[in-house]
This record gives sequence, C-alpha cells and structure tokens, in this order.
Amino acid sequence: MNLLHFLNSFFSDGANWHGENGIPHRLVEHVEYSAIALAIAAAIGLPLGLFTGHTGRGGYALSAFATGARALPSFGLLVLMTVWLGQLGTTPAMVPLVALAVAPILVTAHEAIRNVDPAPVDAARGMGMTSLSVLFQVELPVALPLILGGLRSAAIQVVSTATIAAYISLGGFGRYIIDGLAQQTYAQVVGGAVLVAGLALVTMGLFWAVGRLVVSPGVRRRR
Amino acid sequence: MNQYFDIPSDLQHSYLGLIGLHLQEALLPVLFGLLIALPIALVCARFNWFYAPVLWVTTVLYAIPSLAFFVVLIDYTGATETTVMIPLTVYSLVLLVPAIVEGTRAVSPDTVAAATAMGFGSFRRFVQVELPIAVPAIMAGLRLAAVSSISLVSVGAIIGNQGALGNLLHDGMIYHRDPLIVTSVVTTAVLAIAVDGLLVLAQVLLTPWQPHGRAAARRARTGPGDDIGPGTDPAGDNVTGKDLTGTDVTGKDAAPQDAAALGEAAR
Repeated sequence: MNLLHFLNSFFSDGANWHGENGIPHRLVEHVEYSAIALAIAAAIGLPLGLFTGHTGRGGYALSAFATGARALPSFGLLVLMTVWLGQLGTTPAMVPLVALAVAPILVTAHEAIRNVDPAPVDAARGMGMTSLSVLFQVELPVALPLILGGLRSAAIQVVSTATIAAYISLGGFGRYIIDGLAQQTYAQVVGGAVLVAGLALVTMGLFWAVGRLVVSPGVRRRR
Repeated sequence: MNQYFDIPSDLQHSYLGLIGLHLQEALLPVLFGLLIALPIALVCARFNWFYAPVLWVTTVLYAIPSLAFFVVLIDYTGATETTVMIPLTVYSLVLLVPAIVEGTRAVSPDTVAAATAMGFGSFRRFVQVELPIAVPAIMAGLRLAAVSSISLVSVGAIIGNQGALGNLLHDGMIYHRDPLIVTSVVTTAVLAIAVDGLLVLAQVLLTPWQPHGRAAARRARTGPGDDIGPGTDPAGDNVTGKDLTGTDVTGKDAAPQDAAALGEAAR
C-alpha cells in the first residue's frame, strides 16, 4: 500500500496543482507534444498508406520503411537529435516521436485499404466512379475502423513515449518522473507515472468515441 | 574508429559485451512473454467469453509508459536488469496474446472440423493444427514485440545504467562524446533489423507449405483490382492474392507485413 501512500501525498500536495510545474500546465505540454507529433506522422503516413493501398503497389518498400522506422530506438534518437540540433525548442523530441508513430499509421492504412472486400470496390468501379471517389467513398469508409486502430495505437505509443522528452529538459508529465528520480522524491515519480498512464487510457477512450462517431453504422454492425 | 568503439570503463562492458547484454535484456522478455501468452491464448481459444476481459487488461497494461513502469518497479526489484525485463515481458505478452488468439481463430472452420473428425481433442487440435497454421500471425506479433523490446531497453539507462547499449547515450552526453551516441543508435537499430530478419527467416522455415520468394512476390503484385485485361481472367477469383488451398489463415502470406498491420490494429 506503499504506492497508494505515495499517490496520496503527490496529488494532495497543493503545490502540484499550480504554476509552471503544476499538473494542468504539464498536461497541456504533454498533450501538445503528443498531438503535434501525431499530426505530423498522420500527415506523412495517411496519404502514403491510402495511395499505396489503393493502387496495391509499393507494399514491400513500405514494409521495409516501416521496419526501419520501428527499429530506430526512440530514446537514442532523442539524445542524438539533441546533440546534433541543440535545444531547438521541441524539434529534438518531435523527430523520435514522429518516427515512432509513422510506422503503425502507414502500415495499417495500407493494409486496411488493401483488405477491403473487392466486391463493393468492383461494383463502385462498374457504376463509373472515378478512382478517387472509389478510394474516398467506398474503400476509406470500409477501412476506417482499422485505420483508426492504427492511429490509436500510434497515439498511445506517442503519449507514453513523450515522457522521455523531459530527459532533454522539455516539459510534460515526464518532468515529474525525471525530476523525482533526480531529487529522490518517489511520490513525484509515482504520481507522474500514473498521470501518463491515465492520459494514455483517456487517449484510448477518445479514439473509441471518435470511432463511434465517424464509422458508418453499416460497417460497425458487420464487425 | 576508436572514438566510436572505445567504451568508457564505467560501463564495465566491451562493445560486444554491451550487444550481448542488450540482446539478453530485450529478447529474454519476449521469450517469457511467448511462454506466458500461449496458455492464456489456449484458454481464450477454448472459452470465448474469457477473451474480452483479457484484451481489456492487456490494452490497459500496454498504456503504461515504459519509463513509468521501470520507476514504479524500482521500489520492488531495485535498479536492476529485472526491473527492465519485467515491463518488456508484459509488453510482449500484450502483443502476443491477441496475435495468437486472432491467428488461431482465423483458421478455416473446415480445417478445424477435419481435425475434430480425425479424433483430435481440443488441446491437441490447438497445438498440432491451429498453432502451426497461425504461425504467420504469431510471427508478426513476435516481430513487433522483439523490435520494440530492443528499442525500449535503451530507456533503462535513465533508471541508473540498466539500458545496455542505451547507457552509451548517457555516457556520450556527460563525457561530451557524440560518436558514442551515434554508435548506440546505429547499433540498436541494426540489432532490431537483424532480429526482425531472423524471425522472418524462422517463419519461412516453420511454414514450408506457404509460397515464398518469387511466387509470393508475384502474387503480392496482383493487388485487388489490378488491371486484368479482357480475356485474361482465368484466375479471376484469385485477384486478391488469397491462397486457394484454404490453409491460408489470413490470405496474407504473400506480404508478411499484412499480419503485422492487423496485429497493430488489434492492440
């Protein structure tokens, strides 16, 4: 019950709720890093994945690229970028986070589009739909649950990994963990850990809600 | 070259020693994860209702950031290799259980019925029929687990030099030796790609009945709706690259990344 004791002392400390090092401010920072990284990764991964999935070409190049992106160690890349680029705002942290998120987004988008049942696609084409409207009006809606799954998985990993941004003196919930380790205030460490895990769970819930809203009822019922 | 491979003495390991340590810290958890995941998946396969709660628990566990997991464990297991390996085991487990369950579930009902008719009990059927057919899906999960595990070990450097190759990052920073950082990143990435390649090779050896190499590449190229000219449609129902033998779990043997994608989405 050690852990609960630490949690209680962290969250009941009024100093943790105000100012620069307060939970609200750190939350905004953490969400900001994660959202920017996810947006950049989606801007790269989604168009590429949709296009290659639609044309059915480039699957091998794509899987090689994804393996390479996955193989890059996030923490190592963070340190390397800091050393190479210097403390240029959040850029050194963005590089590993985007590299981390791009692989799941790209690969799921590609596979989701490729695995759409060919019958409706052929029907759409037979009705005279252009290639682009087949992609956006038939393939995309059917593939949406899987694509969202890829985005969700990327988002959870980014939220978890954004913690290490604090190692190079950026903000976010990681601040509590890194500072707590340095100052040997264990309550702070545990508090930070719980906050990140909680945020990851909220992210998951968010994607579930978005899925309910944007996935067509017909597609949802079939799954 | 020396500035890249001259390892500071405080790490108490040579370059090769660090590689060995890194592989051990990364891959033993994947092995443990697999050993724990198999019985869980067996239970999930037999009792369907058990799968949903298991999926929930594993998804929640996956949401715990590695750094947070490490530091919480310090209180129980100290700043040791065990502290790094326990979370990695859990993450592997989280990736492998859905991979095995989804893979075995996708086995064609005809195959399962045939095995039952031949007198296979449900345990023997799981081990001797469903598992081997699910190998591509399981391997996709294993590859994800191994690669992410190799990458995550480095984070152990933050909790007091438990990150094997990741420790070079810390030393590179405090001693201002940038080449060490490059060495750490490049070596970790190469290790991950090499292990991934070995697992692909293992999959080829484990599934001799699946088309590989040129045949697989040819079928991968015939994506859905690829222009099949008039009159050249003898294999009309095979345009999706699906295996006609029916043993094909997911129809994705041709492109190994497919199963990985589905595993990714299932998390």
